[in-house]
Amino acid sequence: MTVLQVIFLITAVVTLGGAVMVVTARNLIHAALWLILTLFGVAVLYGLLNATFFTVIQVVIYIGAIAILMIFAIMLTRRVKQEAGSSVNKGWWLAGLMSLVLFTALVWMFSTWSGFQTTLPVMPANVDTIKVLGTALVSPNGYVIPFEIASVLLMAALIGAVVVAWERKS
Amino acid sequence: MSDPVNSIAEWLRTIFSNWGLSEGLITVILAVLGVVILAAFVLIIDIMLVWIERKIVARFQDRFGPNRVGPFGIIQPIADVIKLLIKEDIMPNGADKFIFNIAPIIALAAVLLLWAVVPFAPTIIGADINVAVLYVVAIGSIGTLAIIMAGWASNNKYALLGAFRTVALMIAYEVPMLIALLVPVLLARSMGMQTIVAAQSTWYIFVVPLAAVILFISSIAELGRTPFDISEAESEIVAGFHIEYTGMKFGLFYAGELLHALTVSALISTLFLGGWRGPFVDQVPILGPVYLFIKSFLVYYLIMWIRYSFPRVRIDQMLGFNWKFLTPLALFLLIVVAILDKLLVGTSQAVYVLVMLGANLVIVWATVLILRAYARVERKRIGEERPVAISPDTESSELVGQE
Repeated sequence: MTVLQVIFLITAVVTLGGAVMVVTARNLIHAALWLILTLFGVAVLYGLLNATFFTVIQVVIYIGAIAILMIFAIMLTRRVKQEAGSSVNKGWWLAGLMSLVLFTALVWMFSTWSGFQTTLPVMPANVDTIKVLGTALVSPNGYVIPFEIASVLLMAALIGAVVVAWERKS
Repeated sequence: MSDPVNSIAEWLRTIFSNWGLSEGLITVILAVLGVVILAAFVLIIDIMLVWIERKIVARFQDRFGPNRVGPFGIIQPIADVIKLLIKEDIMPNGADKFIFNIAPIIALAAVLLLWAVVPFAPTIIGADINVAVLYVVAIGSIGTLAIIMAGWASNNKYALLGAFRTVALMIAYEVPMLIALLVPVLLARSMGMQTIVAAQSTWYIFVVPLAAVILFISSIAELGRTPFDISEAESEIVAGFHIEYTGMKFGLFYAGELLHALTVSALISTLFLGGWRGPFVDQVPILGPVYLFIKSFLVYYLIMWIRYSFPRVRIDQMLGFNWKFLTPLALFLLIVVAILDKLLVGTSQAVYVLVMLGANLVIVWATVLILRAYARVERKRIGEERPVAISPDTESSELVGQE
């Protein structure tokens, strides 16, 4: 077993364990902190795949923005010191069924996938992956239309936030 | 032997391979060794920072500072560490034990992690990744997380308030900081620290001084230092997020805060002051760290100078300053730099620098004009007679002649 595989296994165990703890933790803040551990594990997986940009973006967006806002919201809205009652509700069997179906489908898909045997293509040494990604995002032959649509969507969300927060002087 | 770090690494690599270790294992061992040495080196500097900070603040306040233990009190931080280690470890009632204990460790670790991307010399850097600038922002958010964890786990209202204030501050000042960081990235065409340093044949502080100033201000806010220290404002919320911490756990927060200041100084030096650049550094790479630390400590001195000279600002003033002033200014600067950079393609280095510098100075001049007009309006508004609280029964005629 190579060192990389050992690191991958440790990361996978931590990520999955964290994910299980997210749904089983009784305390909401604890659940949020476990979620952060899980997201961090995913970031490490990106790192193992040499996708440095996605590693860093995963940490900036998911941990730096989303998870912190989540904790912030939990702290402001609930009496977090108390245990929040049972963590399952009436629809638990439906959720379990859906997860089982999804999991089976994924396992079936991967069992028929031929990609496991292919070896990783070696990247040319002098290619700056970020430059390639950036060019692809804004070049007409690349993904400029999805990129611009996403920008407009984000802009609309920004304006919407301003409208919601606007104090009308009456 | 001009580059001892890499020579030692090569020497160790041959020794290990003679022992018959596999190539992958040797790489891991050397990486772990490098991490330990870098962390230890930075933490030893951190201990000395306690002495430097106390000595310099004493000078600002016309005192002597520590001068009892050793010459010039230089052994004082060692005594402090011993004192912190033998203090009683107090766990507040109702605290979340695990999070309470792990928060100071994460706070210090988040600062240590930043040193991974600081280039010490042309050949000496922890990890020359191509997203180093974004990495700095990502690690900064982990530091924020540590403060939230500390504030929440302490089971103390003041601690929680301090954590809330920190989040408001960090989320706000991250915006101008990111935009200011984009300016050197734009000029160097790369997010890698080594490439940015190598591109600074003219230090970027002379090309885009305004970006350096914006980064400097937002970094001080990110540090939570005066005038932005609302997260631990002593006169309002006692000590903020670390109110319940004692002994070495408090020591970790304290060490992390001091080291963070030096780390930010090192990053500013790398991005705007040419990093390890200096005379003869190409022949003797080991001079690089010397130049880097000289520049870092100059910036650090500036941060201390501001800290001990300015009063704390209110939270609404602080957020207003960020959203209404710093962020628009940073955005405007970024757009101007981007357009000028495209227009100046093909011109000589001197023309490029002079035009960029001129544009920056024009923006500064316009900003100062706008600020002066704004201040004039504000002064008039404050100078006006304000309505005083009066009883509704009071006849208006009775008020005549009163203030």
